[in-house]
Amino acid sequence: MIDSGNTAWILTSTALVLLMTLPGLALFYAGLVQAKNLLSVLMHCITIAALVSVAWVVCGYSLAFEAGNALIGGLGRVLLLGMERDSVFAGTALPESVFVMFQMTFAIITPALIVGAFVERIRFAAVMAFTLLWLLVVYVPVTHWVWGGGWLAQLGVMDYAGGIVVHVTAGVSALVIAAMLGARDGFPTHVRPPHAPWMVMVGASLLWVGWFGFNAGSALGAGADAGMAMLATHLAAAVASLTWLVIEKLRFGKPSLVGFVTGTIAGLATVTPASGFVGPLGGILLGLAGGTLCFLAVDLIKHRWRIDDSLDVLAVHGVGGATGTLLVAFLAVLPGGTGVNAQGGMASQFLVQLAGVAAVAAWSALATFVIVKAIAMTIGLRVSKEAEIEGLDFTAHGEKAYNP
Amino acid sequence: MKYITAIIQPHRLDKVREALGALGVHGMTASDVYGYGRQKGHTEVYRGAEYEINYVPKTKIEIAVADAQAEAVIEAVTEAARSGKIGDGKIFVVDLAAALRIRTGETGSDAL
Repeated sequence: MIDSGNTAWILTSTALVLLMTLPGLALFYAGLVQAKNLLSVLMHCITIAALVSVAWVVCGYSLAFEAGNALIGGLGRVLLLGMERDSVFAGTALPESVFVMFQMTFAIITPALIVGAFVERIRFAAVMAFTLLWLLVVYVPVTHWVWGGGWLAQLGVMDYAGGIVVHVTAGVSALVIAAMLGARDGFPTHVRPPHAPWMVMVGASLLWVGWFGFNAGSALGAGADAGMAMLATHLAAAVASLTWLVIEKLRFGKPSLVGFVTGTIAGLATVTPASGFVGPLGGILLGLAGGTLCFLAVDLIKHRWRIDDSLDVLAVHGVGGATGTLLVAFLAVLPGGTGVNAQGGMASQFLVQLAGVAAVAAWSALATFVIVKAIAMTIGLRVSKEAEIEGLDFTAHGEKAYNP
Repeated sequence: MKYITAIIQPHRLDKVREALGALGVHGMTASDVYGYGRQKGHTEVYRGAEYEINYVPKTKIEIAVADAQAEAVIEAVTEAARSGKIGDGKIFVVDLAAALRIRTGETGSDAL
């Protein structure tokens, strides 16, 4: 039976999550790059949105959510054939069309996150090819494993809104493609600073608000679960931001805006897998953990390992998502009791969570490696040195961001 | 005629303009530039990465004046632009070979 209240909320959440990509993430990333590459980043995000939308309907949704086997879904909903206007998605009070759309927005933002790893030097054709292949080989199967009744769901992995499905997949894949692509010209000693820190904040703000759709929408209904998910999500964002602020103040003497909003995203990524399972205190703790660990991760990957994951996708999303997923075991409060996993307790749930994170990280890394290799050997991965110096906006898209 | 270029602190521009106006100099060109002299630059920090910004924003003004006025103009600009701290800027003077007012075609000092 379709419930109009639930449906209304998920329709709204769908819009909020799409807003996270368009223009939230687009602006967040665009502000961090040089002005000559601003448009290329916006282009990556919006073209990925369009491309994934089509692929999702053609076969992504079916392979993720149709009954299949432990590894992949079935072809029963290819091109959404068989879905009627008033079909209900099983286990919910939502029209299936709404569920398709809601999940589509997740499928859109996940490859869009990876944009941060390859900005300012990747070929546009490679972005399109990579996105399509990655969606089908990584995102869709992993979605099936965790949310579509696949083997990780059967194992008992708890991922409320995508700590594993979205943040671990994107984060780990980002590191792999960044390492294979090679660093930007001048990295690490002569990288240019973000051209528009204000834009980063505007993007992050849209992400913060949109994340209410991401996490509270994952309740798939309008009720207490959504309310608590929103509360925990919001607190994690606020606390992680403040944590980053304090760390920067202590370390550099001045708390920065770019740092603060990076903390915001770190907190949001960390709370994502736990958002519907925890209470407000859980949100606060996840914010603290995310803010701290992601700060250390940025430092480790950029400054010690010297891998040019340009916009810190692994450090913020990968580390945040993994951390939150693991902490679910200790912070989740299931209805009717305290602690989690009535069958086995926190320790066994932790191992299950760890298995989920590890398996997905490994698959993401392996698949990304193969996809990137294939692209490098066929259409080519990286623009020429001259194009990189002139900037992608003009060389790839024939446009300039600012005309007097 | 002389062509005077002055690199000054951006916030001194209005004061310089007033000083020039008082001398009867009613035109100049100003542009945003960046450079360095004894002021080396500074460090900015974004997400824990330090960026050495080796340039300081300045304003460049350019004025064409008659020979007779040059010294007074230089003194006026110097007075208006000076704060006494490193970074006040510099003034350069070159000989101006010709000048023309586009609207009327007047040349030489009539164009200034």
